[in-house]
Amino acid sequence: MSASQPVPAAARLFLSGNEAVARAVWEAGTRVAAAYPGTPSTEILEVLAKYPDLYTEWSINEKVSLEVALGASMVGARAFCAMKHVGLNVASDALMTMTVTGTEGGLVIAVADDVGMSSSQNEQDSRYWGRFAHVPVLEPADSQEAYAMTRAAFELSERFRTPVILRLTTRICHVKGVVVAGEREAVEPGGFTKDPRRWVMVPGNAKPRLPLMFEREAAVRAEAQTSPLNFVVDGSDRRIGFVTSGPAFMHVREAFPDAPVFKLGLSCPPPLESLREFAATVDSLLVVEETEPLLETELKAAGIACYGKDVLPRTGELAPDALHLGVARLRGEAVPEPEHVVPQQVFPRPPTMCVACPHLGVYYTLSQMRNVMIAGDIGCYTLGAGHPWNALDSCISMGASMGTALGMDKGRGKVDENKKVVAVIGDSTFMHMGMQGLLDITWNRGNVTVLLLDNRAVGMTGGQDNPGSGRDLHGEETTRVDFAKLCEALGVKKERIRVLDPYQLPVLFKALREETKIEEPSVIITDRPCVLIDHYVPTKPYLVKEDRCTGCGNCVDVGCPAIHVTRRDKEVKASGKEVDLSFVRIDTSACTGCGLCVQPCAPEAIIHAEPVQTLQPVQFVRK
Amino acid sequence: MSKVTNILVCGVGGQGVMTATEILAEAAISLGFDVKKTEVAGMSQRGGVVTSHLRFGPEVLSPQILAGDADLLIGFESAEALRWGHMLRPGGVALVNSGRIVPPVVNIGLFDYPDEPVAQMRALGLRVHDFDATALAVQLGNIRLGNTVMLGASSDWLPFPAEVLRDAVLARFGSRKPQLVDANREAFAAGRQAVAGETLAA
Repeated sequence: MSASQPVPAAARLFLSGNEAVARAVWEAGTRVAAAYPGTPSTEILEVLAKYPDLYTEWSINEKVSLEVALGASMVGARAFCAMKHVGLNVASDALMTMTVTGTEGGLVIAVADDVGMSSSQNEQDSRYWGRFAHVPVLEPADSQEAYAMTRAAFELSERFRTPVILRLTTRICHVKGVVVAGEREAVEPGGFTKDPRRWVMVPGNAKPRLPLMFEREAAVRAEAQTSPLNFVVDGSDRRIGFVTSGPAFMHVREAFPDAPVFKLGLSCPPPLESLREFAATVDSLLVVEETEPLLETELKAAGIACYGKDVLPRTGELAPDALHLGVARLRGEAVPEPEHVVPQQVFPRPPTMCVACPHLGVYYTLSQMRNVMIAGDIGCYTLGAGHPWNALDSCISMGASMGTALGMDKGRGKVDENKKVVAVIGDSTFMHMGMQGLLDITWNRGNVTVLLLDNRAVGMTGGQDNPGSGRDLHGEETTRVDFAKLCEALGVKKERIRVLDPYQLPVLFKALREETKIEEPSVIITDRPCVLIDHYVPTKPYLVKEDRCTGCGNCVDVGCPAIHVTRRDKEVKASGKEVDLSFVRIDTSACTGCGLCVQPCAPEAIIHAEPVQTLQPVQFVRK
Repeated sequence: MSKVTNILVCGVGGQGVMTATEILAEAAISLGFDVKKTEVAGMSQRGGVVTSHLRFGPEVLSPQILAGDADLLIGFESAEALRWGHMLRPGGVALVNSGRIVPPVVNIGLFDYPDEPVAQMRALGLRVHDFDATALAVQLGNIRLGNTVMLGASSDWLPFPAEVLRDAVLARFGSRKPQLVDANREAFAAGRQAVAGETLAA
């Protein structure tokens, strides 16, 4: 926090899980914390960056952030990194070796699983990485536990010299609850001890460390048997005993307040003997876990009979309503009728691009092109797959547009011979994982046109800075990458790299047509800031001159949310063809004057609003 | 009060749904309740659906409100209030801004905006109080006062005095921009007055 914004004193604070983790990381005396933004984990580093006395950074991807944390741990400092579930896939290469070297200073990895998939390309269970890497996993159930377990994770990490995964989910990260916090503790780094047999993982050094890793795992399992992080909440209704972890614990307690519950905080490796004893005290055992039947499988393998995904949903959150249904199924009872009105079918309201978003022009242009295959990517760019553009043919994972496009180019048969291949990627995404793909395209002579949409921010997660914005996590000026030079260095010919203004549709269209015609790698960089960041400067808004609007609907195809259809009609052309007409209005209070909609408007019905149109006050009538 | 109070706030990304819920939460915290608040955020700032769940009482376990369990539904947008109407418990109350935000999928003709969403809610047997909070906010000089107007309107349906919520609103805006205090005080009062007669009749 800045001098004017002191750290809140130890008190009863109202914190999200992310804020609680940040608070605890700071209190633990952590020296280095790194992350790449990703929903639902983003806020941890944003909040942590405001605390004094520790180094925080946005890294260019999760693997690098974990490497930064490991380096700090090597010199004996407490270190932290945060990521979303798919980020751990990226970081896994580093993780799988760190588990062999072990750590020095406490090292905690917060991984936020998007259970229920509010904004991710898949749903995956990061607890698997704990099993895979033989590292302990802690699973908090609310903000207070997120705080307490983060503190506990550092201690566990140092006691066993292992990285610790703190598994969060959306309902931890983005749920606010009351947290009793403490103060920062002073932890001095122990210093680096040269020990190549530990830190240089060539086979000869790594082999003798593997048995140590399994010894450690056995020790952590013994710890799990007695850890206060694992406990039983007793209950009088012993028909079903629940085994659960994370926010599912709260849902179980809410739905079945009288049932006994075995609550796992340190869930990997699981305390199988304690669980066996618990199972003997209840009629049947139900494992409630989000999202994979991981514990269930472990219990069954240990010969402990239990129910789980046979009665509970295989995907999504295990909120109380899902639990009621599952338990009714297990008991063979009729499913209770809900006491509420039937949910009404209302139009979908998917997220849209923002008013004046610089990507609008790009996707409008792509939607006007024929015979083109478009490999898309993660971020706001994904919204181009939606209406009205429908301008994406794929979206797999961060940076995957490059390789996918190259594969489309190399793999196409006769039927696709005449199609152009385009890859669309954002600035931050390009630096995160796209650069390597572009290098592969140039090296292997791919016939791909890359659209690098530089809006100088990590847009989707809220406009965080990156090396393309020239500012760091703290807003301080730093090196700003030159994308044209970077692409040139990656092997794209200088004359095949263009930097354009995405608000100039004819220029964009012409460049795209020319570059897709030329059979070699090319890059079109569009350069306009995200409208949500502070550096965006709005100009004079536009309005529609209604007597000039012919209802052609071209402006609607741009997809700007400030354009509203006021009236629809049909017109029969001389040829007998029926044409749909859409007469429009611009919400002048929202319009920033980017001028994108003006360009396809043939009758010149969109003009500057002068003076600026204001919303008409509506007379309020008291009932 | 022994039971948990459930308030669902819904609307469209950018309307201030999350801020409004946060202020309601702060009011509940100031009274010593256990409080949990959650929402579906992520991509919602880009014009998508936003719902925010607030639960408070002596002890709150799950952060989520079940369908048919909300005591109060605060709808910042008509169609969104209709979408989430099934969350109300029997006898619960919906406060709805009759103002509309029409999304691009309706603009390009793929879907229709429902005719009279509030009337549809009433036809389902829900208890609804509606008024044009957006227009009222514009009349007060700033469309962004809309969420304070809605909070004012909700203040007589809470299990604590309206003044507690008003103070939380003023503390929130006053700490950021002191010049906003008077405007918000006025907006809160206007919202409260907008549904005042209905509270007594209810």
